[in-house]
Amino acid sequence: MSKESNTGIPTDSEVILGILNNSESVLKRLYLAYFPMVLQLIINNNGDGDDAKDVYQEAIIILYNKVKTGDFELSSKLKTYIYSICRRLWLKRLSQMNRYGGDIKDFQEYLTVDDETEKNNERDIQFNKMGDALKLLGEPCKTIIEDFYINNRSMKEICEDFGYTNADNAKTQKYKCLQRLKKLFFQQK
Amino acid sequence: MSDNQLLEVIEKYLNGEMTRDERARFEILRNENAEINNKVTEHKHFTGLIKQYGERLELEKRLNAIHNEIDVHALEDELMIQPSFIVRLWRNHHSKISVAASIAIFAVLCTMFFTGYLNNRDGNIVQLRAKIDIIGKKTDQLGKTVKSLNPQHSGALNPGNFRGTGFAISSNGYIVTDNHVIKDADSVYVQSSDGKSYKAKVIYSEPATDIAVLEITDASFKVLGALPYSFKKAETDIGESVFTLGYPRDAMVLGPGFLTASTGFNGTNTDSTAYQVSIPVNFGNSGGPLLDSRGDIIGIINAKQTHVEGAAFAIKSNFLLKAIQNIPADSLKKPINTNTKNVLATLSRVQQIKKLQNFVFMVKVYNQ
Repeated sequence: MSKESNTGIPTDSEVILGILNNSESVLKRLYLAYFPMVLQLIINNNGDGDDAKDVYQEAIIILYNKVKTGDFELSSKLKTYIYSICRRLWLKRLSQMNRYGGDIKDFQEYLTVDDETEKNNERDIQFNKMGDALKLLGEPCKTIIEDFYINNRSMKEICEDFGYTNADNAKTQKYKCLQRLKKLFFQQK
Repeated sequence: MSDNQLLEVIEKYLNGEMTRDERARFEILRNENAEINNKVTEHKHFTGLIKQYGERLELEKRLNAIHNEIDVHALEDELMIQPSFIVRLWRNHHSKISVAASIAIFAVLCTMFFTGYLNNRDGNIVQLRAKIDIIGKKTDQLGKTVKSLNPQHSGALNPGNFRGTGFAISSNGYIVTDNHVIKDADSVYVQSSDGKSYKAKVIYSEPATDIAVLEITDASFKVLGALPYSFKKAETDIGESVFTLGYPRDAMVLGPGFLTASTGFNGTNTDSTAYQVSIPVNFGNSGGPLLDSRGDIIGIINAKQTHVEGAAFAIKSNFLLKAIQNIPADSLKKPINTNTKNVLATLSRVQQIKKLQNFVFMVKVYNQ
């Protein structure tokens, strides 16, 4: 409890543990701790507050996924790591928007982190594909799939919510929904 | 077993809801049947993707919630590297600054105008110019004083009271010019193109045709070379390209032109002794030779009658030849051998003039 109530910048190991434990307060402290640094980088290099938000959240998600999948090895300070990821992401965006003048104002030390942003790119693509497929799936399939596979609700609860007369009907419905979702997901390029 | 039921079994297996026996049996089935094995892996992967999607969505929601608590604008202001004070001042107030500057410039100009500052400038310039004039006058006076201090030049250097042109008719010092040039002369000098002056005397004059013949009597005169030109006896046709050399000023000047009429014009009557030519001539040209393009002498410029605009007249060369024959024998000390050989015919104008210039003289006349 004492750790959770701490409000300053979390230590690096606190962050790792917090992510693994899904700690809300550590995430918040992490977010608040390094956002100003990233904001400074972006707004002084042709960006605005919204760009900073996008880039920073992408970086946090990269960190989150890495820690969750267990292949995160902290080889430098967490601050440097986050800064490097954001810097890399921002450079990529600048060149996509043709706004990159070949010169970037730096405020921190940084590492080269090409590999990690590339991996995240694949995850991004799959995330977007899944989102699109679910949208196309429509109701009630979308809710059934989300309830069962994401929110881990039981078939019995789902059955009651949707007013199916018996569990078998609900299971058949869910099966059909899943088959359609697969089709939609893999049809996308 | 239908696909639907198989899926249910697979889900049970993956969620760990099977009993130990069921699990063992399913694992045997999975090992034996590659199709079922594939289905298990596939389903695991796909549900994993759905879970990932859900987790990410959830995470983004949380991050957005945290983000909304941050006052981004305040942070931005704090973290933006501020440009220098002057740049910010300009960005914020440039319109006001521009207006102020225009008013200031306008005010300064108005003040300058009304205080007469601009006019004073002009006054200064006029005064300066006046000063320069005064200095110029003083310099002139000084120059005159210096001149008056010098001893008087000899008569030979005096430019003469009246001036004309003459040219040699023989190599031994006989020169022909217009009668009106040497009329009433006390003394006559001729000056060659290289600047040497020789005393000369009039030995014959013919007022009717306005021809006069001089003889150089100066001891320092050396015999000229053979004359390069001959005298044309026949009439020359209208349209012939002609030229003259003369001394309308201190230097010898070429006057090119055309023969424009075969008669002259003497006030009211036509004058058959002269040609009309379109050559710009001045009084100093009087007595100069008129040559055609081959270098033959076809006449003597007679500038006395140049009251007609754009036209001059020249006495025809056959009257010159007659006049030479009319010279009384007792006034000739040496024979006049007029040349009949022309060496200029094939030369260019520039070469012709080079050869001619030694035979054309300035005639300077002095009378009281």
